Amino acid sequence: MRRAVCAEWTKLTTLPGTLWLVLGVAVATAALGAGADAATTCPSGNCPVDPARVCLSGVYLGQAIVVVFAAAVISSEYSTGMIRVTFMAMPRRTAVLSAKAAVVTGVVLVAGAVAVLGSVLAGRLILPGHGFGPAHGYPALSLADGPVLRAAAGSVLYLALIGILSVGVAAAVRDTALAVGTVLGLLYVVPIIAAVLGNSHLARHLQQIAPMTAGLAIQSTTRLGSLPLSPWAGLGLLAAWAAASFLVGGLLLRFRDA
Amino acid sequence: MTTPVISKSRRGQQAARAGFAQVLSAEWTKLATVRGWVIGLVLAPLLTVGIALLNHSTCGGVVTPGGPVTTGVGCAAPPTGPGGEAVTDSFYFVRKPMAGHGSITVRLTSLSAGPGPAGLSPWAKAGIIITASAKPGAAYAAMMVTAGRGVRMQYNYTSDIAGPAGKVSAASPRWLRLTRAGDQISGYSSVNGVHWREVGTAYLAGLPATVAAGMFATAPGSSEATSQSVSGSSSAGAMTLAVARFDHVSLAGPLPASAWTGSAVGGASPGTGFRQADGTTTVTGSGDIAPYVPGADGAPGSTIGSTLLGAVVALIAVIVVATMFMTAEYRRGLIRVTFAAAPSRVRVLAAKAAVIAAVTFVAGLAGAIVAALAGERLLRANGNFILPASLLGNLRVVAGTAALLAVSAVLALALGAIFRRSAGAVTVVIGLITLPYLLALTVVRGGAADWLLRVTPAAAFAIQQTTPQYPQVSAAYTVGNGYFPLAPWAGFAVLCAYALVAMGLAVVLVRRRDA
Repeated sequence: MRRAVCAEWTKLTTLPGTLWLVLGVAVATAALGAGADAATTCPSGNCPVDPARVCLSGVYLGQAIVVVFAAAVISSEYSTGMIRVTFMAMPRRTAVLSAKAAVVTGVVLVAGAVAVLGSVLAGRLILPGHGFGPAHGYPALSLADGPVLRAAAGSVLYLALIGILSVGVAAAVRDTALAVGTVLGLLYVVPIIAAVLGNSHLARHLQQIAPMTAGLAIQSTTRLGSLPLSPWAGLGLLAAWAAASFLVGGLLLRFRDA
Repeated sequence: MTTPVISKSRRGQQAARAGFAQVLSAEWTKLATVRGWVIGLVLAPLLTVGIALLNHSTCGGVVTPGGPVTTGVGCAAPPTGPGGEAVTDSFYFVRKPMAGHGSITVRLTSLSAGPGPAGLSPWAKAGIIITASAKPGAAYAAMMVTAGRGVRMQYNYTSDIAGPAGKVSAASPRWLRLTRAGDQISGYSSVNGVHWREVGTAYLAGLPATVAAGMFATAPGSSEATSQSVSGSSSAGAMTLAVARFDHVSLAGPLPASAWTGSAVGGASPGTGFRQADGTTTVTGSGDIAPYVPGADGAPGSTIGSTLLGAVVALIAVIVVATMFMTAEYRRGLIRVTFAAAPSRVRVLAAKAAVIAAVTFVAGLAGAIVAALAGERLLRANGNFILPASLLGNLRVVAGTAALLAVSAVLALALGAIFRRSAGAVTVVIGLITLPYLLALTVVRGGAADWLLRVTPAAAFAIQQTTPQYPQVSAAYTVGNGYFPLAPWAGFAVLCAYALVAMGLAVVLVRRRDA
C-alpha cells in the first residue's frame, strides 16, 4: 500500500497541471468568497445572513476544481490507456484506488486549508466594512471562535470528501466529462431545485439528502435550529455519499476489465 | 506534356461544393451511433419530465420550523382582468350609478393607516374610480392619491400613470376628477380645485352605458419590511387599513337619483366601511387594485415556468454530450481523419454545431412539452391554480427552454473545441451557466445577484419567466420567486452572445492550430 501511494504521488506531482489545480482551488475559493463578502451588506444590523457562511461561500466554486482534479486522477489514465500499465505494475486494484483516494485527499486537504484560510482572512478584512462589525453586534471572524472554527475546518473536510466522491464516480464511469458532469450535476442542480421550490416538504427533504446542501450545513454558525440538518450530521451524510461512491467505484474497478 | 494541371484554388472549390450536406450527414452519423451519447440525449428530456412529476407541492405552503409563518392568501384562483391576466381586486367602494357621459370630482384631505400595528405601504391608495361594475376583475379607471407615490391614474389593473408627487394632508389637500365620454375616461388633479392638470386618458373598450362611479380606499399588506428573508421568499405581511377623508364630492351628468351605497369589493375584511357626516365622507378599505403577483405576501399561484424546473438537470446531460461530441474526436485522434475527409474546418465545426443544436432542441422541446402538460395536471390535481397566460407566452416558455438547451450545447461544443479536453470544457460551461444561477438563488443577494443574472449565460433562464414585474405592486421580485433582472429574450440573447463568441474563438483556434 505504501508503494502504491508512492507511485500515485509520483504520478501526480510530476504533472505540471497538479500545481495549477491546487492553486486554482485556493484562488477561486478565496476570490469568490471575497466577492460574496463585498456583495453582502447589512445596513441596519440583525440581518438574516450568516457571515461565516458568506465568507466561505467560495467553496461553491472551489469544489468544481476539486471535482476536475479528483476525477482526472482516475479518468485520465483511462483516456491514455495508462490504467493498464498501472494495473500491470500493481495488480491489486482496490489498493490502487485507495492509494489514489489517499493522495487526492492529502492534496485537497492542503489546497482546501489554504483556500479556507484565505477566505476567512478576506472575510475578516471585508465584512466589518459592510455592516458585519462590532457596531452591529457581530464579532470579528476568528478561528478561535468555536462555531467559526467548525465552519472553517468543516469546509476543508467538505472539499476532501468531494474529492473522494469524485474519485469513486470517475472509477465507475471511466470518463472525465461524464464524471465531472455527474458530480457537478449532483452538487449544483439539487440546491437549485430546492431553492426554486421554496418552502415545501420536498425542498426540505432534497436539502437533507443532497450532498452539497447537507455537507455545507457545516458552514452554518447562526440559526442552527432552522437548518434542514445539523452541521455534523450534514457532513456525515456527505461522508456516506463519498463512501458509497468509493465502494461502487471500487467494486466496478475490481470486477470489470480495465 | 498533357498532364492536366489542377490549380489549388479549383480543388478547394470542388471540395467546397462537395458540401455541407455531406459533412452534416457525417456528423449526424457520428452522433447517432455512439450509444452513450444517445442515452444522454434521451435522458435529458426524461429528466425534465421526471423533475416536473416530482413537484407534489400543494397549495397553502409549508412552515419551516423556526422560520417565518406563511399564512397564504387562500387557494382560490384570483379574478381575471379585462386583459385576461390574474388581478387582485379588493377595496372598499362608495358609489352611485352614472349613466352616459359625466364626471366625478372630490377633494381628498387625508390618507392614513387605520388601527393596527403596521403602517401604510407606499402603494396604499384612495381616490375616485369609474368601473364597469362592482364585480372583481371589472374594467375601470381611477384617479388616486397614494401613501408614498404621489397622485396616480391607474386603469385596467396593469396601467399606471404618475401624476404630481407629494403627500396629502388637511393643509395640502388634493382635488381629483374623472370625466367619461364614451369609452374614454380622463383623469385630472388639482391642488386648489381651480387649476386642473390632466394626468392621463384611458380607453376602456366596451364600457357599459351605466357605470358605477364613486370613492374607494384600499391598502396592500405591508410586506416590504419582511421581503428580504434568508430563503428568498417573503413572509405574509399584516393586513392594513387605509382611511381616507373626502369632501366637496360632486357628480355631474345625467344621473338617476340615488344615494351613496358602500360595499367591500372582493370580500369584506373586518374594519372596512364608510361614514358620512357634515359633508365629509370617510372610507376605510383594505386590499389592492392591481395585477396579481404570485410570491407577493406569500401569494400562491403557479406558472408554466415552474413545471420546467427540470431543465437545469437536462442541461447538465446536454453539456456533457455536446462537449464529448467535440473532445472525443481529439481524444481518439479521429479529428485528423475528419479534417482529411472535410478539409474546411469551419464547415466541420458548423456542421457539428448544427447537428448538436438541432438534436438537443428537438429532445428539449419534447421534454418541455410533456413536462409542461404533465406538471400542470399534477399541480392542478394538488389544488394549485395556474395563473392565466397568453398562448404566445406559454409557447415562448416551452420553446425557449428547448432553445436554452440547444444554445448551451453549442457553447459546450465550442468550448470543447477551444480546450480540446473534456474536463476543462465541461467544468467551464457548468461554471458559467449553472453555478451563477445557484449563487444568485442561495448565497448572493440583491444587486449582486441581479448582476450575476445579467452578465453570465445564466441570464437565459429568464426565458422561463411568465409573470412580469409591476412597479405598482411591492413584492419580493427575487430569482427564487421566478423573477429575473432581464427581459426573457434579452436574457436569452446573453447566452447566444456567449455561444457566438465561443464559436468564433473556436473557429479561429481550430483553423490556426494543428489538429
